[in-house]
Amino acid sequence: MPSTLTDVLVTTDWVAQHGNDAGVRVVEVDVDTTAYEQGHVPGAAGWNWTTQLCDTVVRDIIPPEKFEELMSTSGIAPDTTVVLYGDNNNWFAAWALWQLKIYGHEEVRIMDGGRKKWLAEGRPLSTDAPNVQRTTYKARKPDTSIRAFLPEVREAMQRGSAALVDVRSPQEFTGEILAPPGLPETCQRGGHIPGAKNIPWAKACNEDGTFKSVEELRQLYGGVGVTADRPVIAYCRIGERSSHTWFVLKYLLGFKDVKNYDGSWTEWGNLVGAPVEKP
Amino acid sequence: MKAEGYSTKKMDLDGWPIVIESYHVGDRYYCTISNADPGARFARAEGASSDEAERTALEKARRYLAQTRVRKA
Repeated sequence: MPSTLTDVLVTTDWVAQHGNDAGVRVVEVDVDTTAYEQGHVPGAAGWNWTTQLCDTVVRDIIPPEKFEELMSTSGIAPDTTVVLYGDNNNWFAAWALWQLKIYGHEEVRIMDGGRKKWLAEGRPLSTDAPNVQRTTYKARKPDTSIRAFLPEVREAMQRGSAALVDVRSPQEFTGEILAPPGLPETCQRGGHIPGAKNIPWAKACNEDGTFKSVEELRQLYGGVGVTADRPVIAYCRIGERSSHTWFVLKYLLGFKDVKNYDGSWTEWGNLVGAPVEKP
Repeated sequence: MKAEGYSTKKMDLDGWPIVIESYHVGDRYYCTISNADPGARFARAEGASSDEAERTALEKARRYLAQTRVRKA
């Protein structure tokens, strides 16, 4: 077992010392899909979220057979410890982790602080392709207990069966803007799902990209009534920011029942007749 | 090789708070621009100097930000 901060986080120090150990595979997943090529953690594989972590035909997560191929070509076996990291405070590293968990990969961690911290610390970078020995990876049956679909979200809204956490920015939450500044609009209506609480995803991070302490996180979510004794569904615009919050609630705070609604606002905000709340 | 001169700074661009990240790897300079909230990277550039990379990234950022429409209730 690696010497982790928790069971799911490793430090940049740990990666520097163990990133190329047998049984460990480091993978970079960035918002900026060109960042990996500028230089990455030596030995790290790079995954492109726009082509490799989704179904490129149907709107969906990566299909099982494509997931198996990605893992196999990355040299990952079922017992490999996968360490994910990326830019923007591990935004898409969390998206990848959520999908690995759906397909039952047990040993997966996030490098706390991500690419930002690695760069800021002046650690070594490489542009070399990793030396990978192909495996034959077999995915488990998808675990949909960590993924919310539209009917469940409707029920949460109507019956209060789960707390809805909107992790977008306040301006998106209120409907003042339809997408983060500088990014294309991808929905027809602005606002939020009625009853949702707004807790922007980045509030869970420190300035250096690391996660805040458990006590700080507990206060952040508990302060608006999001607690472990009630199911939680997190959503954002396309489901990646909310996978970051899902990770925080599930693994750093130990919530038992928390799901990521990857349909998110690009689904809800485009639905004909869906209730929308604006302050 | 390694990243050197890593820095971030915040500024306002056409009314939008942004974060500028800069560093260089060898003689190549990189600049990326994120919106301050939610922190999404939406423009990047590289160049032979820090100034060139930042100037180009800011030009792109300004173009993209111009497409963001604000709706008042």
